[in-house]
Amino acid sequence: MLLFCWNIKDVKRYIVGRLPAVCIGLCIALSSLAAEPVPVASPHSNWVPLAQDGLHDPSNPRLDLLQNPAEALSLLPPDLEGNERSSVVGNRVKWVKALREGYINPRTNIYPETKIKVLDLDVMLTKRDTGELPRVLFPHKQHTEWLDCSNCHEWLFKSKTGATPISMFAILDGEYCGRCHGAVAFPLTQCQRCHSVPFAAQAPAKAQ
Amino acid sequence: MMESDLRTHSRHRFRRFMRAGIVSLALSMLAIPFSLHAEYGDVVLNKRAEKAGVRPVIFPHWFHRIRFRCKVCHSELGFEMRAGANDVLMWDIVNGKFCGMCHNNQIAWGPENCDLCHSGKQGLESGIHGGDSTMGPGRW
Repeated sequence: MLLFCWNIKDVKRYIVGRLPAVCIGLCIALSSLAAEPVPVASPHSNWVPLAQDGLHDPSNPRLDLLQNPAEALSLLPPDLEGNERSSVVGNRVKWVKALREGYINPRTNIYPETKIKVLDLDVMLTKRDTGELPRVLFPHKQHTEWLDCSNCHEWLFKSKTGATPISMFAILDGEYCGRCHGAVAFPLTQCQRCHSVPFAAQAPAKAQ
Repeated sequence: MMESDLRTHSRHRFRRFMRAGIVSLALSMLAIPFSLHAEYGDVVLNKRAEKAGVRPVIFPHWFHRIRFRCKVCHSELGFEMRAGANDVLMWDIVNGKFCGMCHNNQIAWGPENCDLCHSGKQGLESGIHGGDSTMGPGRW
């Protein structure tokens, strides 16, 4: 229709004539959206239920027995980039905080003889030039609360300072820190969580 | 003559009005974000499952790390920290290795509850299905 009436008046009339209908249509669509039940009423209620996550088979008769992410994760400290609730970081959970503040108390071992070691040692990574990015400060404590020494040493990271050729390329390819970060630990989009020490603050820090 | 013209005209306008309403309603319904994605850290194990006639296995990291620290599976139970690097066989699980260390009806449900682990859709690719912030290791 629009093709046959190209003078401005006709176009205007065409648009104005349809405007109320478009508005009504949009209003109906939005109200139907608002009426949809939200899985969990929490500040971060955007976990996808298992039946709709594209992985689980919705026809599985026992799918109802499995826990949905929102049921558990909505109770843990939220991890949201800045204050934007729409932005998403990993599971939307600050796992280190959840552990430290007692929201969760996951088992440390199955075999009674397994030794639990938590090491409180920060290492500043100074071997590589990080360019304009702040330097990386690696905290052993947060890592050893979850992991065993042997998970990283000596095969993935050498204990000797500066002996491991860590690079962002390798990390982005899933090596070194990228074994976990980018797969299960907070994603590699969160640069500032590792690159946390501005140049001005570097002098007194412990050297690698 | 004039009157009937006017009537057809207004009928036309009404029809156009309705059509525009329906079209915009349909368009805005299409725009509803259907966020279909796995939870961050979900692992699909399908090296053997589908070939053996069962659904692929979905391992949710989030569920397990609430209950166990990483080191329990990745140190004590011997799971390599790389999706696809572990040859997990049902025979081993039934004999108490890998998942079978806990999935033994004592700590967690036993291996006879096939559908609880073998819960994935047909045709899923093995590996980390990392949710929305990352494509997982090696995929950047």
